[in-house]
Amino acid sequence: MIPGSFNYHAPSSLDEAIKLLEDLGEDAKILAGGHSLIPMMKLRLAEPDHLVDINGLSDLDYIREDVGVLCIGAMARESALEKSELIAEKYPILKDTSEVIADPLVRNLATVGGNIAHGDPANDHPATMVALDAEVVVRGPGGLLDSGGRTIAIDDFFRGPLMTALAENEILTEIRVPCPNGKSGAAYKKLERKVGDYAIAGAAAVLNFDGDTCSKAGIALTNVGPTPVRASEAQDALVGTSVSQDDADKAGELAAAASQPVGDHRGSEEYKRAVVKVLTSRAIMKAKERAAGGN
Amino acid sequence: MATQSITLTINGESRTAEVEDRLLLVHLIRDNCALTGTHIGCDTTHCGACTVLLDGTAVKSCTVFAVQANGREVTTIEGMEGETLHPLQEGFMEEHGLQCGFCTPGMIMSSKHLLDHNPNPTEDEIRWGISGNLCRCTGYQNIVKAVQHASNKLQETTEEGGE
Repeated sequence: MIPGSFNYHAPSSLDEAIKLLEDLGEDAKILAGGHSLIPMMKLRLAEPDHLVDINGLSDLDYIREDVGVLCIGAMARESALEKSELIAEKYPILKDTSEVIADPLVRNLATVGGNIAHGDPANDHPATMVALDAEVVVRGPGGLLDSGGRTIAIDDFFRGPLMTALAENEILTEIRVPCPNGKSGAAYKKLERKVGDYAIAGAAAVLNFDGDTCSKAGIALTNVGPTPVRASEAQDALVGTSVSQDDADKAGELAAAASQPVGDHRGSEEYKRAVVKVLTSRAIMKAKERAAGGN
Repeated sequence: MATQSITLTINGESRTAEVEDRLLLVHLIRDNCALTGTHIGCDTTHCGACTVLLDGTAVKSCTVFAVQANGREVTTIEGMEGETLHPLQEGFMEEHGLQCGFCTPGMIMSSKHLLDHNPNPTEDEIRWGISGNLCRCTGYQNIVKAVQHASNKLQETTEEGGE
Protein backbone atom coordinates (compact mmCIF):
# COMPACT_ATOMS: atom_id res chain seq x y z
CA MET A 1 0.00 0.00 0.00
CA ILE A 2 1.33 3.38 -1.02
CA PRO A 3 0.46 6.53 0.93
CA GLY A 4 -0.85 9.60 -0.87
CA SER A 5 1.67 12.17 -2.04
CA PHE A 6 3.02 14.66 0.47
CA ASN A 7 5.93 17.03 1.04
CA TYR A 8 8.45 15.95 3.63
CA HIS A 9 10.07 18.47 5.98
CA ALA A 10 12.80 17.66 8.48
CA PRO A 11 13.29 20.67 10.79
CA SER A 12 16.42 20.73 12.92
CA SER A 13 14.95 22.72 15.82
CA LEU A 14 11.67 22.99 17.69
CA ASP A 15 11.27 26.63 16.61
CA GLU A 16 11.72 25.63 13.00
CA ALA A 17 9.14 22.86 13.41
CA ILE A 18 6.62 25.26 14.95
CA LYS A 19 7.26 27.81 12.19
CA LEU A 20 6.55 25.10 9.62
CA LEU A 21 3.29 24.18 11.35
CA GLU A 22 2.33 27.84 11.44
CA ASP A 23 3.05 28.31 7.74
CA LEU A 24 1.52 25.07 6.54
CA GLY A 25 -1.59 25.19 8.74
CA GLU A 26 -4.06 22.34 8.83
CA ASP A 27 -2.45 20.58 5.84
CA ALA A 28 0.53 19.50 7.95
CA LYS A 29 0.91 16.58 10.33
CA ILE A 30 3.76 15.89 12.74
CA LEU A 31 5.70 12.68 12.15
CA ALA A 32 7.17 11.28 15.38
CA GLY A 33 7.44 7.46 15.63
CA GLY A 34 4.98 7.27 12.77
CA HIS A 35 3.53 3.94 13.83
CA SER A 36 -0.03 5.24 14.00
CA LEU A 37 0.27 7.88 11.27
CA ILE A 38 2.05 5.90 8.53
CA PRO A 39 -0.35 2.92 8.68
CA MET A 40 -3.25 5.41 8.50
CA MET A 41 -1.62 7.09 5.50
CA LYS A 42 -1.12 3.74 3.77
CA LEU A 43 -4.82 2.99 4.24
CA ARG A 44 -5.55 6.55 3.01
CA LEU A 45 -7.38 7.25 6.25
CA ALA A 46 -4.98 10.19 6.56
CA GLU A 47 -3.74 12.16 3.56
CA PRO A 48 -1.73 15.10 4.88
CA ASP A 49 -0.15 17.40 2.28
CA HIS A 50 2.89 17.94 4.47
CA LEU A 51 4.76 15.87 7.04
CA VAL A 52 6.92 17.63 9.60
CA ASP A 53 9.37 14.99 10.84
CA ILE A 54 10.51 15.76 14.40
CA ASN A 55 12.78 12.71 14.68
CA GLY A 56 15.76 15.03 14.29
CA LEU A 57 14.85 16.91 17.48
CA SER A 58 17.00 14.75 19.73
CA ASP A 59 16.72 17.32 22.54
CA LEU A 60 13.14 16.06 22.99
CA ASP A 61 14.39 12.51 23.61
CA TYR A 62 14.79 12.18 27.38
CA ILE A 63 13.40 10.56 30.51
CA ARG A 64 14.50 12.39 33.66
CA GLU A 65 13.38 13.48 37.08
CA ASP A 66 13.09 17.11 38.04
CA VAL A 67 11.96 18.40 41.43
CA GLY A 68 8.88 16.35 42.27
CA VAL A 69 8.17 15.42 38.68
CA LEU A 70 9.13 12.85 36.05
CA CYS A 71 9.67 14.51 32.67
CA ILE A 72 9.26 12.42 29.52
CA GLY A 73 10.34 14.20 26.35
CA ALA A 74 8.03 13.89 23.37
CA MET A 75 10.56 11.87 21.37
CA ALA A 76 11.33 9.29 24.08
CA ARG A 77 10.72 5.92 22.47
CA GLU A 78 8.53 3.29 24.07
CA SER A 79 11.55 0.95 24.10
CA ALA A 80 13.50 3.52 26.18
CA LEU A 81 10.69 3.64 28.74
CA GLU A 82 10.55 -0.15 28.77
CA LYS A 83 14.29 -0.46 29.46
CA SER A 84 14.78 2.51 31.80
CA GLU A 85 15.99 1.58 35.30
CA LEU A 86 14.45 4.73 36.73
CA ILE A 87 11.06 3.72 35.30
CA ALA A 88 11.35 0.09 36.46
CA GLU A 89 12.27 1.19 39.96
CA LYS A 90 10.00 4.17 40.61
CA TYR A 91 7.29 4.12 37.93
CA PRO A 92 6.60 0.43 37.20
CA ILE A 93 3.12 1.33 35.90
CA LEU A 94 4.82 3.02 32.92
CA LYS A 95 6.82 -0.13 32.25
CA ASP A 96 3.58 -2.16 32.53
CA THR A 97 2.12 0.12 29.90
CA SER A 98 5.03 0.34 27.47
CA GLU A 99 5.67 -3.36 27.30
CA VAL A 100 2.11 -4.18 26.21
CA ILE A 101 2.06 -1.63 23.39
CA ALA A 102 2.27 -3.34 19.99
CA ASP A 103 5.51 -5.36 19.71
CA PRO A 104 9.24 -4.74 20.31
CA LEU A 105 9.92 -3.61 16.73
CA VAL A 106 7.14 -1.05 16.86
CA ARG A 107 8.30 0.13 20.29
CA ASN A 108 11.78 0.78 18.89
CA LEU A 109 10.31 3.73 16.98
CA ALA A 110 6.95 4.52 18.61
CA THR A 111 7.04 7.44 21.03
CA VAL A 112 5.27 8.12 24.30
CA GLY A 113 4.41 11.60 23.04
CA GLY A 114 2.82 10.24 19.89
CA ASN A 115 0.84 7.65 21.84
CA ILE A 116 -0.76 10.55 23.71
CA ALA A 117 -0.92 13.25 21.02
CA HIS A 118 -2.66 10.87 18.60
CA GLY A 119 -5.68 10.96 20.94
CA ASP A 120 -6.68 7.38 20.23
CA PRO A 121 -8.68 5.98 23.17
CA ALA A 122 -7.36 2.53 22.20
CA ASN A 123 -3.80 3.63 23.00
CA ASP A 124 -2.47 2.61 26.39
CA HIS A 125 -0.60 5.63 27.76
CA PRO A 126 -3.63 7.93 27.86
CA ALA A 127 -5.40 5.95 30.62
CA THR A 128 -2.15 5.52 32.55
CA MET A 129 -1.45 9.23 32.39
CA VAL A 130 -5.02 10.07 33.49
CA ALA A 131 -4.66 7.77 36.50
CA LEU A 132 -1.28 9.39 37.30
CA ASP A 133 -2.68 12.96 37.03
CA ALA A 134 -0.03 13.83 34.44
CA GLU A 135 0.31 17.15 32.62
CA VAL A 136 1.06 17.69 28.96
CA VAL A 137 3.47 20.48 27.99
CA VAL A 138 2.93 21.94 24.53
CA ARG A 139 4.74 24.61 22.51
CA GLY A 140 3.27 26.85 19.87
CA PRO A 141 4.22 30.14 18.21
CA GLY A 142 5.07 32.94 20.61
CA GLY A 143 7.48 35.78 21.35
CA LEU A 144 10.87 35.37 22.96
CA LEU A 145 9.65 36.17 26.45
CA ASP A 146 6.53 34.09 26.15
CA SER A 147 7.90 31.07 24.33
CA GLY A 148 4.42 29.94 23.43
CA GLY A 149 4.44 27.19 26.01
CA ARG A 150 1.47 26.05 27.98
CA THR A 151 0.65 23.15 30.23
CA ILE A 152 -2.55 21.18 29.87
CA ALA A 153 -3.96 19.03 32.68
CA ILE A 154 -4.45 15.50 31.37
CA ASP A 155 -8.19 15.60 32.13
CA ASP A 156 -8.52 18.54 29.72
CA PHE A 157 -6.35 17.05 26.98
CA PHE A 158 -8.49 14.33 25.38
CA ARG A 159 -11.56 15.74 23.63
CA GLY A 160 -12.86 12.79 21.61
CA PRO A 161 -11.64 10.00 19.33
CA LEU A 162 -8.38 11.29 17.74
CA MET A 163 -9.21 14.76 19.06
CA THR A 164 -7.09 16.58 21.63
CA ALA A 165 -6.63 20.07 23.05
CA LEU A 166 -3.57 20.57 20.81
CA ALA A 167 -3.95 23.45 18.34
CA GLU A 168 -2.81 22.92 14.74
CA ASN A 169 0.35 24.92 15.30
CA GLU A 170 1.29 23.33 18.60
CA ILE A 171 3.64 20.45 19.37
CA LEU A 172 3.46 18.24 22.44
CA THR A 173 6.96 18.56 23.89
CA GLU A 174 6.82 16.85 27.27
CA ILE A 175 4.69 14.76 29.59
CA ARG A 176 5.04 15.50 33.29
CA VAL A 177 4.17 12.84 35.86
CA PRO A 178 4.13 13.69 39.58
CA CYS A 179 6.77 11.74 41.53
CA PRO A 180 5.35 9.07 43.84
CA ASN A 181 4.78 10.65 47.23
CA GLY A 182 4.91 8.63 50.47
CA LYS A 183 3.41 5.15 50.45
CA SER A 184 2.02 4.61 47.00
CA GLY A 185 1.79 2.09 44.18
CA ALA A 186 0.46 1.88 40.67
CA ALA A 187 -0.21 -0.73 37.99
CA TYR A 188 -1.66 -1.17 34.50
CA LYS A 189 -3.50 -4.27 33.31
CA LYS A 190 -4.51 -4.90 29.72
CA LEU A 191 -6.31 -7.74 27.97
CA GLU A 192 -5.42 -8.20 24.30
CA ARG A 193 -6.40 -10.91 21.84
CA LYS A 194 -2.81 -11.43 20.71
CA VAL A 195 0.57 -9.74 21.07
CA GLY A 196 0.47 -6.30 19.57
CA ASP A 197 -3.27 -5.83 19.43
CA TYR A 198 -5.14 -2.90 20.86
CA ALA A 199 -6.77 -3.56 24.20
CA ILE A 200 -10.12 -5.32 24.54
CA ALA A 201 -9.96 -3.15 27.65
CA GLY A 202 -7.26 -1.85 29.97
CA ALA A 203 -7.23 -0.47 33.51
CA ALA A 204 -4.72 1.76 35.28
CA ALA A 205 -4.73 2.15 39.07
CA VAL A 206 -2.69 4.56 41.20
CA LEU A 207 -3.06 4.38 44.99
CA ASN A 208 -1.71 6.54 47.81
CA PHE A 209 -1.87 5.38 51.40
CA ASP A 210 -1.82 7.05 54.78
CA GLY A 211 -0.72 4.12 56.95
CA ASP A 212 -3.02 1.30 55.86
CA THR A 213 -5.78 3.58 54.63
CA CYS A 214 -6.11 4.67 51.01
CA SER A 215 -5.84 8.48 50.92
CA LYS A 216 -6.04 9.01 47.15
CA ALA A 217 -6.88 6.85 44.14
CA GLY A 218 -6.60 7.31 40.39
CA ILE A 219 -8.45 4.84 38.16
CA ALA A 220 -8.64 5.16 34.36
CA LEU A 221 -9.65 2.86 31.52
CA THR A 222 -8.42 2.11 27.98
CA ASN A 223 -10.56 1.57 24.87
CA VAL A 224 -13.96 1.64 26.52
CA GLY A 225 -15.08 5.11 25.52
CA PRO A 226 -14.43 7.97 23.07
CA THR A 227 -11.52 9.08 25.29
CA PRO A 228 -9.69 7.42 28.17
CA VAL A 229 -12.30 7.12 30.92
CA ARG A 230 -11.60 8.32 34.46
CA ALA A 231 -13.64 6.15 36.83
CA SER A 232 -14.31 8.79 39.50
CA GLU A 233 -16.84 6.76 41.50
CA ALA A 234 -14.39 3.87 41.70
CA GLN A 235 -11.69 6.29 42.93
CA ASP A 236 -13.99 7.76 45.59
CA ALA A 237 -15.07 4.32 46.76
CA LEU A 238 -11.47 3.31 47.49
CA VAL A 239 -10.52 6.38 49.52
CA GLY A 240 -10.82 5.70 53.26
CA THR A 241 -10.70 1.91 52.85
CA SER A 242 -7.84 -0.52 53.46
CA VAL A 243 -8.24 -1.70 49.83
CA SER A 244 -9.28 -5.24 50.63
CA GLN A 245 -10.12 -7.64 47.80
CA ASP A 246 -13.79 -6.78 48.36
CA ASP A 247 -13.05 -3.05 48.10
CA ALA A 248 -11.14 -3.64 44.85
CA ASP A 249 -13.97 -5.75 43.41
CA LYS A 250 -16.49 -3.06 44.34
CA ALA A 251 -14.34 -0.43 42.63
CA GLY A 252 -14.14 -2.75 39.62
CA GLU A 253 -17.92 -2.82 39.44
CA LEU A 254 -18.07 0.98 39.62
CA ALA A 255 -15.42 1.24 36.88
CA ALA A 256 -17.42 -1.15 34.69
CA ALA A 257 -20.47 1.06 35.23
CA ALA A 258 -18.45 4.16 34.26
CA SER A 259 -17.09 2.55 31.09
CA GLN A 260 -18.83 3.16 27.76
CA PRO A 261 -17.71 0.23 25.60
CA VAL A 262 -19.08 -0.41 22.13
CA GLY A 263 -19.51 -4.00 20.95
CA ASP A 264 -17.17 -4.90 18.05
CA HIS A 265 -14.90 -7.71 16.86
CA ARG A 266 -13.06 -7.56 20.19
CA GLY A 267 -16.21 -8.46 22.13
CA SER A 268 -19.70 -7.41 23.12
CA GLU A 269 -20.45 -4.46 25.33
CA GLU A 270 -21.37 -6.83 28.16
CA TYR A 271 -18.12 -8.79 27.81
CA LYS A 272 -16.01 -5.65 27.80
CA ARG A 273 -17.70 -4.38 30.97
CA ALA A 274 -16.94 -7.72 32.62
CA VAL A 275 -13.30 -7.37 31.49
CA VAL A 276 -13.12 -3.82 32.90
CA LYS A 277 -14.42 -5.05 36.24
CA VAL A 278 -11.82 -7.80 36.53
CA LEU A 279 -8.87 -5.76 35.18
CA THR A 280 -9.65 -2.81 37.44
CA SER A 281 -9.75 -5.05 40.48
CA ARG A 282 -6.46 -6.73 39.47
CA ALA A 283 -4.74 -3.39 38.78
CA ILE A 284 -5.87 -2.11 42.20
CA MET A 285 -4.56 -5.19 44.03
CA LYS A 286 -1.26 -5.00 42.14
CA ALA A 287 -0.95 -1.29 42.99
CA LYS A 288 -1.57 -2.13 46.65
CA GLU A 289 1.08 -4.86 46.55
CA ARG A 290 3.58 -2.41 45.08
CA ALA A 291 2.70 0.24 47.66
CA ALA A 292 3.61 -2.37 50.31
CA GLY A 293 7.04 -2.73 48.70
CA GLY A 294 6.36 -5.53 46.25
CA ASN A 295 7.14 -5.40 42.58
CA MET B 1 5.43 14.99 -7.14
CA ALA B 2 7.69 15.83 -4.24
CA THR B 3 11.10 14.18 -4.41
CA GLN B 4 14.31 14.36 -2.39
CA SER B 5 17.84 13.30 -3.01
CA ILE B 6 18.97 10.99 -0.23
CA THR B 7 22.24 9.29 0.60
CA LEU B 8 22.38 6.33 2.91
CA THR B 9 24.56 3.35 3.61
CA ILE B 10 23.06 -0.07 2.94
CA ASN B 11 25.11 -3.07 4.08
CA GLY B 12 28.25 -0.91 4.13
CA GLU B 13 27.73 0.49 0.65
CA SER B 14 26.91 4.18 0.21
CA ARG B 15 23.98 4.80 -2.11
CA THR B 16 22.39 7.97 -3.42
CA ALA B 17 18.88 7.99 -4.80
CA GLU B 18 16.26 10.47 -5.96
CA VAL B 19 13.12 9.29 -4.19
CA GLU B 20 9.52 10.36 -3.86
CA ASP B 21 8.83 11.64 -0.35
CA ARG B 22 6.18 8.97 0.10
CA LEU B 23 8.45 6.05 -0.88
CA LEU B 24 8.61 3.48 1.90
CA LEU B 25 12.02 2.25 3.01
CA VAL B 26 11.12 -1.34 2.11
CA HIS B 27 10.41 -0.30 -1.48
CA LEU B 28 13.71 1.58 -1.70
CA ILE B 29 15.50 -1.55 -0.51
CA ARG B 30 13.65 -4.00 -2.76
CA ASP B 31 12.88 -1.97 -5.89
CA ASN B 32 15.61 0.67 -6.11
CA CYS B 33 18.44 -1.41 -4.66
CA ALA B 34 17.23 -4.84 -5.83
CA LEU B 35 17.86 -6.30 -2.38
CA THR B 36 14.89 -8.63 -2.34
CA GLY B 37 15.87 -10.59 0.77
CA THR B 38 13.77 -8.15 2.77
CA HIS B 39 10.16 -9.30 2.35
CA ILE B 40 6.82 -7.54 2.32
CA GLY B 41 4.30 -9.64 4.20
CA CYS B 42 1.27 -7.93 5.69
CA ASP B 43 2.25 -4.36 4.74
CA THR B 44 0.34 -3.23 7.85
CA THR B 45 3.07 -3.14 10.55
CA HIS B 46 2.12 -6.52 12.00
CA CYS B 47 4.16 -9.38 10.56
CA GLY B 48 7.79 -8.21 10.72
CA ALA B 49 8.83 -9.82 7.40
CA CYS B 50 10.25 -6.43 6.34
CA THR B 51 12.45 -6.00 9.45
CA VAL B 52 15.82 -4.32 8.86
CA LEU B 53 18.32 -2.59 11.12
CA LEU B 54 18.29 1.20 10.98
CA ASP B 55 21.44 2.46 12.75
CA GLY B 56 21.50 -0.90 14.52
CA THR B 57 17.88 -0.82 15.66
CA ALA B 58 15.38 -3.35 14.32
CA VAL B 59 12.46 -1.60 12.60
CA LYS B 60 9.65 -2.56 10.26
CA SER B 61 10.74 -1.01 6.97
CA CYS B 62 7.15 -0.89 5.66
CA THR B 63 6.48 1.74 8.33
CA VAL B 64 9.42 4.07 7.74
CA PHE B 65 9.79 6.44 4.81
CA ALA B 66 12.96 6.18 2.73
CA VAL B 67 13.63 9.89 3.33
CA GLN B 68 13.81 9.17 7.06
CA ALA B 69 16.84 6.94 6.40
CA ASN B 70 18.76 9.81 4.78
CA GLY B 71 22.30 9.91 6.21
CA ARG B 72 21.76 6.69 8.14
CA GLU B 73 22.92 3.11 8.03
CA VAL B 74 20.65 0.24 6.99
CA THR B 75 21.46 -3.45 7.38
CA THR B 76 19.40 -6.07 5.56
CA ILE B 77 19.62 -9.86 5.50
CA GLU B 78 22.09 -9.56 2.60
CA GLY B 79 24.44 -7.71 4.92
CA MET B 80 24.58 -10.51 7.49
CA GLU B 81 26.90 -12.86 5.67
CA GLY B 82 30.63 -12.18 5.83
CA GLU B 83 33.16 -14.67 4.56
CA THR B 84 31.00 -17.33 6.17
CA LEU B 85 27.38 -17.41 7.21
CA HIS B 86 26.50 -15.34 10.27
CA PRO B 87 25.91 -17.58 13.31
CA LEU B 88 22.21 -16.68 13.13
CA GLN B 89 22.01 -17.84 9.52
CA GLU B 90 23.90 -20.98 10.48
CA GLY B 91 21.56 -21.52 13.42
CA PHE B 92 18.46 -21.34 11.24
CA MET B 93 20.06 -23.90 8.91
CA GLU B 94 21.29 -26.26 11.64
CA GLU B 95 18.16 -26.15 13.77
CA HIS B 96 15.61 -26.23 10.96
CA GLY B 97 14.52 -22.69 11.87
CA LEU B 98 12.63 -22.27 8.62
CA GLN B 99 9.96 -24.09 6.70
CA CYS B 100 8.65 -21.83 3.91
CA GLY B 101 11.30 -19.24 4.76
CA PHE B 102 9.18 -16.15 4.19
CA CYS B 103 9.53 -14.79 7.74
CA THR B 104 13.19 -15.78 8.05
CA PRO B 105 14.93 -12.54 6.97
CA GLY B 106 12.82 -10.57 9.46
CA MET B 107 13.31 -13.18 12.18
CA ILE B 108 17.06 -12.99 11.71
CA MET B 109 17.19 -9.18 11.76
CA SER B 110 15.06 -9.02 14.94
CA SER B 111 17.23 -11.70 16.53
CA LYS B 112 20.35 -9.74 15.57
CA HIS B 113 18.99 -6.72 17.43
CA LEU B 114 18.12 -8.95 20.40
CA LEU B 115 21.58 -10.60 20.60
CA ASP B 116 23.38 -7.28 20.12
CA HIS B 117 21.62 -5.99 23.25
CA ASN B 118 21.35 -9.24 25.17
CA PRO B 119 24.00 -11.81 24.10
CA ASN B 120 22.70 -14.57 26.38
CA PRO B 121 18.91 -14.37 26.36
CA THR B 122 16.62 -16.84 28.12
CA GLU B 123 14.03 -18.71 26.08
CA ASP B 124 11.38 -16.27 27.32
CA GLU B 125 13.51 -13.30 26.27
CA ILE B 126 13.96 -14.79 22.80
CA ARG B 127 10.23 -15.33 22.43
CA TRP B 128 9.65 -11.77 23.65
CA GLY B 129 12.32 -10.45 21.28
CA ILE B 130 10.74 -12.01 18.19
CA SER B 131 7.14 -11.27 19.22
CA GLY B 132 6.91 -8.68 16.45
CA ASN B 133 7.64 -11.32 13.81
CA LEU B 134 5.01 -13.80 12.69
CA CYS B 135 5.76 -17.26 11.30
CA ARG B 136 2.72 -18.59 9.48
CA CYS B 137 4.25 -22.08 9.41
CA THR B 138 4.19 -21.70 13.23
CA GLY B 139 7.75 -22.98 13.41
CA TYR B 140 8.59 -20.98 16.51
CA GLN B 141 10.06 -23.92 18.43
CA ASN B 142 12.96 -24.30 16.01
CA ILE B 143 13.32 -20.57 15.48
CA VAL B 144 13.97 -20.24 19.21
CA LYS B 145 16.52 -23.07 18.99
CA ALA B 146 18.18 -21.33 16.04
CA VAL B 147 18.60 -18.14 18.06
CA GLN B 148 19.96 -20.16 21.00
CA HIS B 149 22.43 -21.81 18.61
CA ALA B 150 23.62 -18.39 17.45
CA SER B 151 23.82 -17.07 20.99
CA ASN B 152 26.04 -20.00 22.06
CA LYS B 153 28.21 -19.73 18.95
CA LEU B 154 28.70 -15.98 19.33
CA GLN B 155 29.65 -16.36 22.99
CA GLU B 156 32.15 -19.11 22.18
CA THR B 157 33.69 -16.85 19.55
CA THR B 158 33.88 -13.98 22.03
CA GLU B 159 35.54 -16.22 24.64
CA GLU B 160 38.06 -17.57 22.14
CA GLY B 161 38.77 -14.03 20.98
CA GLY B 162 39.45 -12.99 24.57
CA GLU B 163 42.07 -15.66 25.21
